[in-house]
Amino acid sequence: MSSVNTMNERPSAGPATGLVAYVRRNVALSVSLGILWLAGMVLVAALADQLRPYGITDMDLSSRLAAPGATKHWLGTDELGRDVLSRLIQSIRVSLVIAFGATIISAVFGTALGLAAAQFRGFVEHLVLALADFQAALPFLIMSLAVLAFFGSSMVLLVCLMGFYGWERYARIARGLAISAGAQGYAASVVQLGATPARVYLRHILPNVASTLIVSMTLTFPEIILMESGLSFLGLGVQPPETSLGNMVGFGREYLTRAPWIMLAPAAVIMLTTLSISLVGDWLRDRLDPTLR
Amino acid sequence: MTPLLEAKNLSRVYQVRRGYFARPNPVRAVDDISVVVMPGETLGIVGESGSGKSTLGRMLLGIDPAQAGEVKLEHKPMPPLRSAQWRALRAKMQLVYQDPLAALDRRLTIAAQIGEPLDIHQIGTKEQRTAQVEELMAAVGLRRDQAGRYPHELSGGQRQRAVIARALATRPSLLVCDEPVAALDVSIQAQVVNMLRDLQEQYGMAMVFISHDLKVVRNVADRVAVMYLGKIVEEGSSDTIFRSPRHPYTKALVSSMPVPGKQLQGRIILQGEPPNPAVRPTGCAFHPRCPLAIDLCRTNAPALRRVGVQRTAACHLVAGDAAAVAA
Amino acid sequence: MINFVLTRLLRAAVTIAAVVTFAFVVLRMSGDPAQVLLGPDAPQDAVDAFRRAWGLDQPLWVQYLAYLKSIFTGDFGVSMRDKAPAIELVLERLPATLQLTVPALLLKLLIGIPVGVYAALHRQSFADRGVILLAVVGFTIPSFVMGLVLVLIFSVILGVLPSGGQDTWVHGILPTITMSIGGIGILARFSRSAMIEVMGQPFIRTASAKGLKWRDVVWSHALPNAAIPIVTIVGFMVGSLIAGAVVVESIFSWPGIGRLLVVSVTNRDLAVVQCILLVIAAAMVVSNLVVELLYGWLDPRLHARAGH
Repeated sequence: MSSVNTMNERPSAGPATGLVAYVRRNVALSVSLGILWLAGMVLVAALADQLRPYGITDMDLSSRLAAPGATKHWLGTDELGRDVLSRLIQSIRVSLVIAFGATIISAVFGTALGLAAAQFRGFVEHLVLALADFQAALPFLIMSLAVLAFFGSSMVLLVCLMGFYGWERYARIARGLAISAGAQGYAASVVQLGATPARVYLRHILPNVASTLIVSMTLTFPEIILMESGLSFLGLGVQPPETSLGNMVGFGREYLTRAPWIMLAPAAVIMLTTLSISLVGDWLRDRLDPTLR
Repeated sequence: MTPLLEAKNLSRVYQVRRGYFARPNPVRAVDDISVVVMPGETLGIVGESGSGKSTLGRMLLGIDPAQAGEVKLEHKPMPPLRSAQWRALRAKMQLVYQDPLAALDRRLTIAAQIGEPLDIHQIGTKEQRTAQVEELMAAVGLRRDQAGRYPHELSGGQRQRAVIARALATRPSLLVCDEPVAALDVSIQAQVVNMLRDLQEQYGMAMVFISHDLKVVRNVADRVAVMYLGKIVEEGSSDTIFRSPRHPYTKALVSSMPVPGKQLQGRIILQGEPPNPAVRPTGCAFHPRCPLAIDLCRTNAPALRRVGVQRTAACHLVAGDAAAVAA
Repeated sequence: MINFVLTRLLRAAVTIAAVVTFAFVVLRMSGDPAQVLLGPDAPQDAVDAFRRAWGLDQPLWVQYLAYLKSIFTGDFGVSMRDKAPAIELVLERLPATLQLTVPALLLKLLIGIPVGVYAALHRQSFADRGVILLAVVGFTIPSFVMGLVLVLIFSVILGVLPSGGQDTWVHGILPTITMSIGGIGILARFSRSAMIEVMGQPFIRTASAKGLKWRDVVWSHALPNAAIPIVTIVGFMVGSLIAGAVVVESIFSWPGIGRLLVVSVTNRDLAVVQCILLVIAAAMVVSNLVVELLYGWLDPRLHARAGH
C-alpha cells in the first residue's frame, strides 16, 4: 500500500541489493522479526488448505490428547484426537480473515462518516459525533454480547459486528484532518481553483490522511483479533465445527490440567501476532507521520 | 470604462457562540461595503487584523457567500456557491494565500500543482499543459529543475512563487492577494511584490491586494481602501491617500509610515484598545481611539461620503465634497 | 463553568437516550417477542392475546414510549429463565463484581502510576525497561490467556492457589491479578510518557533553574500537570472494568455480573441482557461525566474555552 510506495520513492532504496542494505540500516531487529512473523501468518492463512496435514474435524480416536512432538502430530492432539497443528492453521486463517475484513469495514465506514461530517457540517456532523460518543461510551465487548444475544452468532454477523470496532476513531481522525485541510489549507485552495468535491477528496484529502488512517488501522487490527478471540473464547464468537484462535483456547481450557498444549499453541500465536503488529505499527507510525506521537 | 467587478452593500455577520447554552454573539466582519474594481487596476485594502479585510477579499471572489448585497463580475451576478457555474468561474478569478505552505498539497510536486487548474478547467492538450507549466514557472522565477520538488523542499519565497504561478495558470482577469508576503522574510517581500506588479502588467489583470503593511500597498496599489472594524473608512487613489489622508485613522496609519532618509515626524499614537470585532463601539466604531472624537461620534455612525475627486471618507469631522474642492 | 457542566450533562443524557433506543431497536429487530417467548408452534389466538397483553399491537412509537416509561420506573422485564425481575438478578450479582473490580482498579492506580512516574524520572534504568515490557505484555496478552496461564502455574503446577469459585478471599487473588496486570502496564506506560512530556516543558527547567529542590519540582510542578492526561486514561479504565470482568469472571467461575451476562447471552435471556446493557452504559456515562468534570476542574485552560 502507500507505505510501500513511500519506501520505494526514496532514492536510497534502489534495486534488490540496495533494499537489503536499506532494511539493515533502518529497521530494528524486533521490527524485522515482526514483519517476518506477520508475513509467515499471512502465508499460512493463504495456503491453509495446502499446509494442513489433516482435516480440522478428522478424529484419530486411537491417539487422543497426544502430547506434542509425536511423529504423526507435531503439536499433539485434542480430546477427540484431532490434530492441533491442522486446527491451528485453520484458526489462523479464520481469525486473520475476520480481523482483516473487520478492519477494512471499520476503516472505510468510519472514514466515510468522518469525511461526510467534515463536508456537510451542521446536522450530519452532530449526528456522526453523537454516534461516535455513543460508541465510545458503551464498552464494545458488552455491545457485541448484546447483539449476539439478540441475533445469535453467525460468521457474517461476527465480521459485520467486528467491523464496527473502532470506526469512531477513524471518523474523528478523518473529520479533524479534513476540516483542518479545508478551513485555510490545501483543500480550500483547490476548491478555490474550481475543483469538484470528488477531485478534492480523491486526489488531495484522501492521500494526505491515508498515512494517519493506516497507522490507526495497525492499532485496531490487533484489538480486533483480541476482541474476536475473546468472544470466541466465551463461546459466543466463531461456532464449531469452524474454529478460530480464541475458540481453540476456550475449548482447550477444559483440558488445562491434562493437555495444556491445546490452549498454549493458539495463545502463543495470538500473542506473537498482536505483538508483531504493534511493533510494526509503531515503526510505521514513526516512518509515515513524524507529527504523530 | 465599465468595471470588472462590482460589489454592492456586502455584509457578513458571524454568530459566535461559546458553548451550547451561551447567547450567540454577532460579529460583523464585513458591514455594508461597496467597492468597484476596474480592469487592469490594483485596489489595495489596508487595515489592522480583525478589520474584516480578508473576509471582504473572500466575498469578492464568492468563496464566502454574501449574506446581504451582491457581487457582479462583468455585470453577471455570482452563481450559487459550489455550483458548476461557480466552479467554472474560478478560472477567471483567483486567490493568492498568506501561507503558501498551507495552500499547497504536501504530497504533490509543484509542477503538478501549478498545472492543476489547467486539468480542472480542461485547458489545452497534455503537451500544451506541460509547456504552459514550464512557461509559468519561468514567469514567476522558478528554475526548471524545481518542477519535481515537493513544497517542503522549497523556501518560503519559492513556495509563494509556486502559489502565484498556480493562480495565474488559467489567465484570470482578477487576482486577489491576501497578505501575500506577510509570511515571507522581509528581504524576499520586495522581490515577490515587484514580481506581482510586473506579472499584473504583463497579463493585464486586475488585482485586489490585501495587506496590513502600508509600505507594500503604497508600492503596488493604484487605489486604496482603508478598513476599520468591517467598514471602509476612507478610499481614494493611492497617491492622495498617502500624501494627504483625511480620516483620523488613516492619518494615524500614514503618520507611522517610515520614509527612507527622514525621521518620523508628527507621529499620531492611537490610544485605547485595539479593535475587537466582537465588541463593537456605538456610533463611529473608531471613536474610542480617535483623538478628535466629539459627542456626535459616540452616537451616530458617519456615512461614507465623497470628500474630493474619486475620494470618499466616513467621518463627521471631514468636510464634504464642496468644502474639499474649495480647500 | 456552569455552561461547561450543563453541556457535559446534556451530552451524558443524549448518550443514555441513545443506549436506551439502541436496546429497544435491537430488541424489536431480533424478532417478534411473542414468537420468541411462546415458541413457533403457539396457536394464533394465544399469540394475539399475548400481543394485546403486552401492547405489541400498538404502533411502534407507543411501544417505544411505554418502553421508556418502564425503564424509568425501574422495570427492566422478567428473566425468562429464573422468572425473577431482571434488575433483582443483576443487583444480586453486583457485590461479587465489585469485589473484583474495586481491588483491581486500586492495584492499577497504586502500582501503575507510581511505577510510571518512577520510570520517567529514571529513564533507561531497569525499572524503565520493566515498565515498557509490562506495557507490551498488557497490550498483547489477552486476559483470558493471562488468566489461564496463571491458573496453569499457580493452581495446576504449584498447587498453591484455587483456580475458581468465590469461597474465601484467597479465591479472589488470581482473578484480581488477571484483571489488573495488563492495566498496570498500560497505566504505567501512560504515566511515564505523560510525565516525560511534562518534564521536558520549559517551566520545569525554569523551576529547577531558580534553585527549587528537585523533590519540590517533581511534586509541586511536574505531577499536577501530568495528572491531567492520566485522569483521562483512568476514566477509560473505570468504564472498561466491567467489560474486563466478563472474561475474568468466566475463567474463574466468579458469580458476578459478567458471568451472568455471558450465561444470559448463551440462553438468549433478553430481559437480563438488556438490563445489564443499560446498567453498564449508565455506569460508563456516569464515570465519563465524573472524569470530564474532574478534568475541567484540573485544567484551568478549560474554564476559558468551555463548551467545545
